[in-house]
Amino acid sequence: MATLPIRTSSVSRFTEVRRNATNHFVTGLAIVSTVIVLVPLVAILGYLLYKGFSSLNLAFFTHIPAPVGEPGGGMANAIAGSAVVLGLASLLGIPLGIGAGVYLAEYGRGRFFGSMVRFTADVLNGVPSIVMGIAAYALIVAKQQHFSALAGGVALAIMMVPTITRTTEEMLATVPHAIREAALGLGVPKWRTAISISLRTASPGIITGCMLAFARVAGETAPLLFTAFGNQFWSFNLSQPIAALPLQIYVYAISPYDEWHRLAWAGSLVLIVLIMVSVTLVRIFANRGALKGGS
Amino acid sequence: MGVGILVEDLNAWYGTTHTLQDINLHIPANHATALIGPSGCGKSTFVRCLNRMHETNPIARATGVVKMGEIDIYNDASPVEIRRRVGMVFQRPNPFPTMSIYDNVVSGLKLNGFRNRRILDETVERSLKQAALWEEVKDDLKKKSGASLSGGQQQRMCIARALAVDPEVLLMDEPASALDPVSTSKIEDLIFQLKSQYTIVIVTHNMQQAARVAENTGFFLNGKMVEFDSTHKIFTNPRDKRTEDYITGRFG
Repeated sequence: MATLPIRTSSVSRFTEVRRNATNHFVTGLAIVSTVIVLVPLVAILGYLLYKGFSSLNLAFFTHIPAPVGEPGGGMANAIAGSAVVLGLASLLGIPLGIGAGVYLAEYGRGRFFGSMVRFTADVLNGVPSIVMGIAAYALIVAKQQHFSALAGGVALAIMMVPTITRTTEEMLATVPHAIREAALGLGVPKWRTAISISLRTASPGIITGCMLAFARVAGETAPLLFTAFGNQFWSFNLSQPIAALPLQIYVYAISPYDEWHRLAWAGSLVLIVLIMVSVTLVRIFANRGALKGGS
Repeated sequence: MGVGILVEDLNAWYGTTHTLQDINLHIPANHATALIGPSGCGKSTFVRCLNRMHETNPIARATGVVKMGEIDIYNDASPVEIRRRVGMVFQRPNPFPTMSIYDNVVSGLKLNGFRNRRILDETVERSLKQAALWEEVKDDLKKKSGASLSGGQQQRMCIARALAVDPEVLLMDEPASALDPVSTSKIEDLIFQLKSQYTIVIVTHNMQQAARVAENTGFFLNGKMVEFDSTHKIFTNPRDKRTEDYITGRFG
């Protein structure tokens, strides 16, 4: 058996050193950028933990805000209010967003109406959140003559829709055409193929998109200022003003009282932890029942 | 039981490209019919016209008559009905990645609202046995994703999936071209067994494969069907000079 000739180096020693140096330089740049990005993130989280944790106590989760001048009090009503408003926003925003995304990916390709919807979604995505609040104010609050949890939920839902729509569309675009053909070839109608095959195959990415949209609006204050408005007391009535964590944090943070500042820190920490917990829970739930060896 | 297919003056277009021109052909029931020809000659378009998959592409259209038994598939039935009666196996295995082997096989039934557990179980076993995959996967039916199988197993699972809806015709668009020789020979054995119960149309680039599995062979070139005859005749004594050039490897 003939042996293969050993490849002799055709590049000079200098070139090799230069290539290695370039490689290290680029890798180094990537690492430095990552660190620069991480530093403020970790710093914020760390400071939040430091400031917020010391003010957390059981009363924070069980009591409503105390009147000015009285010590103690908590944000129980704001936590519940946030849950109500966010639940409402998700209930409205997620189905609408996914539906529009399915339309764009499965039916609206190359159609004028499709490009219009896509363009509108992109523009909406860039609209400042306070504008969404004004829109919900004009649509609901001005008509009903009072602030309400419903208006807050709608404002947040409008914010969620464009993100979810575009993520859904992009995730569906990554589903191979061959899989759709397989379903169509079995005599499965197109609508059923879109829902049971395309959407299901793309669901991990779509769930991530929904979670991102959720996490983003969970911390929004501006759209709630003149929709949900805030409430110092318990309320679960959708047609009444309702408290929300970001609103409560805002009010306490700009107040002149040290006690309230501490509560604002605690509220910020609770808000972030609640967002992390809900996102993680959805992920665990969504991954249940995944099969071995699936892609 | 399979049915015969009669094709009259079939023309097909992609946009302005006239991909199939005046195809006339009779495909006999319960036989395997091979379609050969160089890439881009229209064979795939042709089989896609037989189950109306062609028209899923918005720029594609077709004219002419395709009769499956007594049914004119373009006038007497919806595309969805036709595709339930005419199964298709594609060039690359295309399992549904989120589904188990079991769900892949009965996806055609389940996605059309069929829920009877006992019949689904029976269908899975029958189809996988027909596709010669039962022994290899029977212990992992609901545990493993269809996408976790090897390429050759995936393709046999796709055949089982097509058979599960009990079609009369099975279209196979280069079913073995993405597979290794061992898997290829398994697929060929399968075609050999299945053709007693189904009408099989197989597109292939592999002429030995056509010779091994099919009673009849059609040669396509540039959107036209140049010659259609018994496989033996096509490979030993073709009428047309172009067929001869192609099968002897002078072009294509």
